Amino acid sequence: MSKVATFLKSDFVFRFRRDKVAVGSFIVVMALVLCAVLAPLIAPYNPYDLTTIDIMDSEIPPVWDKSEGDARFLLGTDPQGRDMLSTILYGMRISLTIGFFAVLLQATIGVAIGLLSGYLGGRVDAFFMRLADIQLSLSTLMVAIITLAVFQAAFGAELYSELAIFMLVMVIGIAEWPQYARTVRASVLAEKHKEYVDAARVIGMSQWRIMVRHILPNTLSPILVISTIQVANAIISEAALSFLGLGMPVNKPSLGSLISSGFEFIFSGSWWITVIPSIVLVVLILSINLLGDWLRDVLNPKLYKD
Amino acid sequence: MALLEVKDLQVEFPLGRKTLQALYGIDFALDKGERLGIVGESGAGKSVAAFSILNLLSKPGRISGGEILFEGRDLSKLNDKEMRTIRGNRISMIFQDPMMTLNPVLTIGTQMVECLKAHRDISSAEAREIAISKLREVMIPSPENRMDSYPHELSGGMRQRVVIAIALLTDPSIIIADEPTTALDVTIQAEIMALMLELCKTNNVGLILITHDLAVVSQVTERIMVMYAGRVVEEGYTQEVIKNPRHPYTRGLLKALPQENRPGQRLNQIPGSMPALDAIPAGCAFNPRCEFADGDCVKAVPDLVGEQGHRAACVHVDRIPAFVGAGGAE
Amino acid sequence: MSDTGAVPLVEIENVEKRFGGAGGFLSSPQPVVKALNDVTLTVPKGEAFCLVGESGCGKSTLARTVIGLHPPSAGEIRYRGKRIDNLSTRERRPYNQKMQMIFQNPYASLNPRMTVLQTLEEPLRIHRPQMSDAEIRDKVHAVMRSVGNDPAWGERYPHEFSGGQRQRISIARALMLDPEFIVADEPISALDVSIQAQVLNVMMDAQKERDLTYLFITHDLSVVEHFGSQVAVMYLGTVCEQAETRKLFSMPRHPYTQALLSAIPKMDGTGVNHVKMTGEVPTAMDLPKGCVFHPRCPHAMERCCHEVPTLKQNGSSQTACFAVEEGRI
Repeated sequence: MSKVATFLKSDFVFRFRRDKVAVGSFIVVMALVLCAVLAPLIAPYNPYDLTTIDIMDSEIPPVWDKSEGDARFLLGTDPQGRDMLSTILYGMRISLTIGFFAVLLQATIGVAIGLLSGYLGGRVDAFFMRLADIQLSLSTLMVAIITLAVFQAAFGAELYSELAIFMLVMVIGIAEWPQYARTVRASVLAEKHKEYVDAARVIGMSQWRIMVRHILPNTLSPILVISTIQVANAIISEAALSFLGLGMPVNKPSLGSLISSGFEFIFSGSWWITVIPSIVLVVLILSINLLGDWLRDVLNPKLYKD
Repeated sequence: MALLEVKDLQVEFPLGRKTLQALYGIDFALDKGERLGIVGESGAGKSVAAFSILNLLSKPGRISGGEILFEGRDLSKLNDKEMRTIRGNRISMIFQDPMMTLNPVLTIGTQMVECLKAHRDISSAEAREIAISKLREVMIPSPENRMDSYPHELSGGMRQRVVIAIALLTDPSIIIADEPTTALDVTIQAEIMALMLELCKTNNVGLILITHDLAVVSQVTERIMVMYAGRVVEEGYTQEVIKNPRHPYTRGLLKALPQENRPGQRLNQIPGSMPALDAIPAGCAFNPRCEFADGDCVKAVPDLVGEQGHRAACVHVDRIPAFVGAGGAE
Repeated sequence: MSDTGAVPLVEIENVEKRFGGAGGFLSSPQPVVKALNDVTLTVPKGEAFCLVGESGCGKSTLARTVIGLHPPSAGEIRYRGKRIDNLSTRERRPYNQKMQMIFQNPYASLNPRMTVLQTLEEPLRIHRPQMSDAEIRDKVHAVMRSVGNDPAWGERYPHEFSGGQRQRISIARALMLDPEFIVADEPISALDVSIQAQVLNVMMDAQKERDLTYLFITHDLSVVEHFGSQVAVMYLGTVCEQAETRKLFSMPRHPYTQALLSAIPKMDGTGVNHVKMTGEVPTAMDLPKGCVFHPRCPHAMERCCHEVPTLKQNGSSQTACFAVEEGRI
């Protein structure tokens, strides 16, 4: 309890409360995440349950369209007759899941490599950093497109659609580890010359313990900052891949595949199938990025000294 | 009238929820050619006092009261343009880190010439002549060649000499030096201090020397001002204050010096530490650490008392025993 | 002093340390910095052995080499007669308990993410796994009290303390394992005057109570005069004079020591009167030939430019100077 109280009184919370943009984006992100997590409870329909879908309900515009709107479908329906609101909620759930786990994977690989490179230096460092340079010289999307296309061709679309979430997490997770590795390495290099690390060595601690117990906790702030931005990036990458048809299948759509699936109808007047998920995606990404920017300013050691 | 007169100067730093007061009304004056030392530990407000004279306070800080009269003009009321005719021209500043003054990507010569031309209407050739003569004055060997050096090519001591030369370029009437030798080695410190003392004497330049080192102050200055928690606690002629400190804080500082204690014995320490700006005790700010404190000390902030030439802000001035210096310590 | 004739506590023999040099895999070579050149010193038990010198003279490098943070490039370091500079982390464990270090910057030497208690109990958890939690807590409290800290600070983080308090926490950490030898690298130079006295007192008290031996690194000669029993003066990676403190201060022999002592600011109102040295301080990347001090030495002669003087007993002190040997000073 006292820890909560100290946290609420801390400068961090104070600065957060004073910043309207930060509070606003935090509320938006939390609301969207909550909606996604609780999708099965709040969504009016289950878009995965084929028995609730009626093809006769396809392409109904949102309710504010007085002439054709239907009170059952708040945001209208898609070409298969699924309720857009429910589909968006479930889609956001998939997008956020992929974003979160991809970043978790990136962070695990990147932090481990960054820590080892920075602390051990020498050949280990040279090897991993050159590897990171090579990885960064290929764009994430290019690597992902090639990998996913090969996988899809080799194992068939059916198996692919079952493993899509897993594959996207793997591909996006592995493609972006250098971001973490470089950031962590830089802060490890700064930390390892501080006297508290020398003190730990003088006590006779093993390298492993020094890395994990002393250096790692002191590199958490930059990890936190890039994590927010990386979640946004991962969601965008997933959306882009899905839009290109290499991501989530149409029967289990993410925000990206929803946008993509409505794209062919946009000129036939059914704009809502593409536009509404796009708006949700933009709001989500924007809020996460604003929050990340704020976090970076607050945790920037140049502006904020302990 | 004194050349520089600071009256009831107050400085505050608005920070988030609270406003921290850094200076609680300090007064001092500097005559032409006079050398004043401002002494105090970190957090005492000595640098804030000096920086506010030239309006160089770091961002949220602002002068919230009092006046700074330089040749009769109040510097705290000047706008940026007017300030530039004073700063670096009539009053120069020397920082602890020479790289605060020196631009790493320009040669010494370029920087000196530009500085001169900014304040005077002269040709580059004339400016170069003056710059070389100033470098010679601070005893830099072969100044003509040094003009084309970059700051990183010089040693720490040499850089500080160049900074002093830049400070002297425009023949200022006051130099403010903020811990000018703290980052330097003892032997270099002695050289720089000897140089500054000599230059101030020959050019009749006033010096405000900010430092934590009582010994350095005693070597260079004629008058001294001891600060504690945003206030002046003792001021007067340097030798008078150092030989016969009246305020318990000054006395404690002197008694804590290793050279004032017999080798191998415990040092006379002052307990506790300087209060943070948001936790300054009521009454005399020094009372929680003072061996002579009693109920009277918390009632009100004591004024500086005593004759001109040596005043101390302590209600118990009469009770403080005489200071016994080196060797004869208890 | 206490056990004369027996093996000295710490022996430093012909130690050299070079930094930089050949580049590794995909990295370019660095210029070689000769930080220590053939340093030989003996620290007997019970001494407060001070190393003085100006920045870049190698005093901190020597301290870090002795404690094992840098391996020496050549030479040996012995502790109670046993060579310790070539041990692995595991083999060094027993010596880690006997040799501890206090660092210069109290703002960097404590891990900002660990509470005071976590910092202090860590050495015990590593070296005394048999101790129970209660025993560890008692020990932490006892050591905290002995350095003048409130044991109730345990749950707080380093940033909540002032420089002096942090430095005392740092001393407490060094004392946790009951060491017999402590290397203190400029432990008071980052502190305010009134706090310096507090920390020096804590260190002197600890020495009396625990029969400690110090290797104390500083640039402040007035502290050396007060604190040290033996002094070694270093210049550019070489020891130029070593003597008992009292003798060195009453009669400095080496010209550099003389210049250094004359530069201490005095408060007697006599102004600045130091021995003036000529020339610029050379860097350790480009050491002068012969005696490293000769380009700045007022007594330098032809011989000083070619031959390197070694530390020899000359009267009351050991000096590395031809002028002293030849009786010119």
